[in-house]
Amino acid sequence: MKNIVTIQDMYKSFFGVVAMDGMNFSINEGEIRCLVGENGCGKSTLIKMISGFYAPDEGSLTINGTPYKRITPAESIANGIQVIYQDFSLFPNMTIAENIMMYDTVAKKRPFIHWKAMRKRAVETLERIHFQIDPDLYVSELNVAQKQMVAICRAIVQEARLLIMDEPTTALTTKEVSKLFDVVAALKAHGVSVLFVSHKLDEVLEICDSITIMRNGKNVYDSQKGDKVLSKEEIIFYMTGKRFSNATYDFRDPGEAPLMEVEHYTMRGAFQDVSFSLRKGEILGITGLLGCGRGELAESLFGLIPADSGSIRINGREAGIFRKVDDALAHNIAYVPEDRLTEGLHLDQSIADNAVSRIIGRFAGRTGLLDIKGLSRQKEESLSSMSVAGMKPQNPAKSLSGGNQQKIVLIKWLASNPDILILNCPTVGVDIGAKNDIHGIVRSLASEKGVGVIVISDDIYEIMQLCNRVLVMKDGKISMETDVRNTTMEQLETYLASEEEGGAAS
Amino acid sequence: MRERKRFSPWKDKDFMRMLAVTAFIFAAMSILRPQLFLRETNFTSMGYQIPELGFYSLAMMMVMITGGRDLSIVSIGNLCCIVAAYIMHGAVEQGISGPGAWVYILGGIAAALAVGAACGLINGLVVANFSVPPMLVTMATSSIFMGIGIILTEGKTVSKTPAEFTYFGNHTLLGLPYMLWLLILTILATALILNRTQFGFDVRMVGSNAKASHYTGINVNRVLVKAYLYSGVVCALCGLEILARTDTAKSDYALTYTFQAILCAVLGATNPNGGFAKVSCMVLSLAALQFLSSGFNMLRLGGYFKEFTWGLLLIVVLSLEYLSQELKRKQSLRELARRHQKKP
Repeated sequence: MKNIVTIQDMYKSFFGVVAMDGMNFSINEGEIRCLVGENGCGKSTLIKMISGFYAPDEGSLTINGTPYKRITPAESIANGIQVIYQDFSLFPNMTIAENIMMYDTVAKKRPFIHWKAMRKRAVETLERIHFQIDPDLYVSELNVAQKQMVAICRAIVQEARLLIMDEPTTALTTKEVSKLFDVVAALKAHGVSVLFVSHKLDEVLEICDSITIMRNGKNVYDSQKGDKVLSKEEIIFYMTGKRFSNATYDFRDPGEAPLMEVEHYTMRGAFQDVSFSLRKGEILGITGLLGCGRGELAESLFGLIPADSGSIRINGREAGIFRKVDDALAHNIAYVPEDRLTEGLHLDQSIADNAVSRIIGRFAGRTGLLDIKGLSRQKEESLSSMSVAGMKPQNPAKSLSGGNQQKIVLIKWLASNPDILILNCPTVGVDIGAKNDIHGIVRSLASEKGVGVIVISDDIYEIMQLCNRVLVMKDGKISMETDVRNTTMEQLETYLASEEEGGAAS
Repeated sequence: MRERKRFSPWKDKDFMRMLAVTAFIFAAMSILRPQLFLRETNFTSMGYQIPELGFYSLAMMMVMITGGRDLSIVSIGNLCCIVAAYIMHGAVEQGISGPGAWVYILGGIAAALAVGAACGLINGLVVANFSVPPMLVTMATSSIFMGIGIILTEGKTVSKTPAEFTYFGNHTLLGLPYMLWLLILTILATALILNRTQFGFDVRMVGSNAKASHYTGINVNRVLVKAYLYSGVVCALCGLEILARTDTAKSDYALTYTFQAILCAVLGATNPNGGFAKVSCMVLSLAALQFLSSGFNMLRLGGYFKEFTWGLLLIVVLSLEYLSQELKRKQSLRELARRHQKKP
């Protein structure tokens, strides 16, 4: 078996933060290797090392038998290494054919472009992975799965020998994932190696020949082709160094009036006639496939985008439609947005300032001047309410890992003592350790403080672990409601998958 | 933000770097031209020159914290200057002096501040409510404000205001020009606003991420309007300062200040992407720029070198910042290597 890439004892640090701490790694020809690890364990650094974006501080890198002190992106591509990033780096203002042939046209540095030959080769490449689509469509018109196929074509047209895919299944439906796996298998049959970086352990187990598990910048487990397959629990153990329990949330109804009643909430083109109620101390899950309207529903419940009709009752009192954020804040609703990087945090500002940004107004005295002492006491109190590893309050929020960043977003909102907490995809891109922490915090908020929580998520495992009741949305409507004790993860997944089949057939 | 309790400018690397640069320029000029540079008259004359750029830089800094640029500062300043000049000139025209002239003077000051506030309000409302880049908005309003000035004056210079007013532009108090005192007060007030008020906190938040601010329940539009309002009022102060010192008002006076103000703000550790500014650093950068231009004058190289050296200074300071980061990175590497060696 020919070796493609070998990395030995690699070290790399950025501005004093160690990203790679003695990493060893190798991949052979025609091998599908999965790279798993928590956020911030150094997976992206490893990819960027192989593709030539970063130079290692120490360690050796051998590609196709040639040792490199450091490799440039051009040399990496010449060695057949292709990376498909999460955003695919395609040009939306160009056609599929132009995108596929992009590097080819640019690299040859010819003054003119041979359009016909270019289109022909693009079509051949599309056929190679059995992807049927009009090559003259603009990329901006494609959906995520189609864009990914174009990115794969662009990689193989450059004679890729190692294809690195970073979180390729994040935005795909179950069906699209299985199609992607077919393509990956076909590539493997042609002798192409694939390095598959993913969070979703089920998928990892399904597709890989071998696995590398990273923790704190180094490999903690490596298997070779044909080795015994690890169980999911073992992988999690290697990733985090901890073992976790799987108990469900036990909700005891206090028997009071509902905290929040949503009636016939409708937004044209997003969701219709959504009605549900939320009780004190309850954790209500809302799930559904991509595009079912759950995201819009979440934002409209916080007044970010107004609904067209319907009404909300808070503590039995009519509150109408929330038209702006202030309406929701007036009813003491907190909202943890889906994208903490652009919506949840001020990344450049300090952790401490982020933590008090919601309640800063409370510290403005009659003169308009802030009570600095009270403010710094509040910062200390807020930040000590959760364990955030390796945190310095005066450092910018971007210095934290994904999970810890999400904790800061929670801290920010919890400082305002909300009655209702809306969490929109709270643990996307959050590692398993922090995910469990966050679930624990949310549960104790609900059970001890009686906060009503709405969790919007596409992660069935999260819904099952966190919630006591779940609503499933389909095409903007609530299609199912059930107590989690009356269902299982498999049943919910099957239900969602069957919806997709139905949707595709109609 | 650093923890206030522990904040000390001596630990702040931006401040220390700027202090070193300023001290270096001061030392160099003192050595090259000791008999001219170190004289009291030189310091007094620098004290008269600093306020204009100082006010405009403060105005620019506040808008830059929101992530925008205010290209209309000089136009606002000139318009305020013209309005004040017209009103105050009334006193001279009618031959009124003494207490009666003060009615005109105070009227002129109030009108200038009102015009500055109105201009800032217009900028702020347009920037906040239309999704147009602030630079384009203020470029347009700059043209409008200057146009109004030209229409009012028919392109001519307005001059002759009461001596009671111009006295403050040409005399000192405790060794410092009155207008420098006004600038110092404005700087202190600005530092207080930025570090000790909710607006100061919110404006940094909005500047570093307006969307997240909105999602946190901060009224982004109100914060933006306030920032431009501040800018307009400070420009009005600058207009008054110009009038007091030169006793003239012109619609196209000193247009180059716009970019000099950006330069001074950036030199003073204002983040051009928004979210951060340090008043202490900007004070130093004002001093450094003034030392440079005065010093070059004394080297008999003339005023022609001002722009050139200022640009050079910005590049030098930015390179120093880069080098210090690079140094920090190297240190961390050595740290890593040491840790690595300790392991068996």
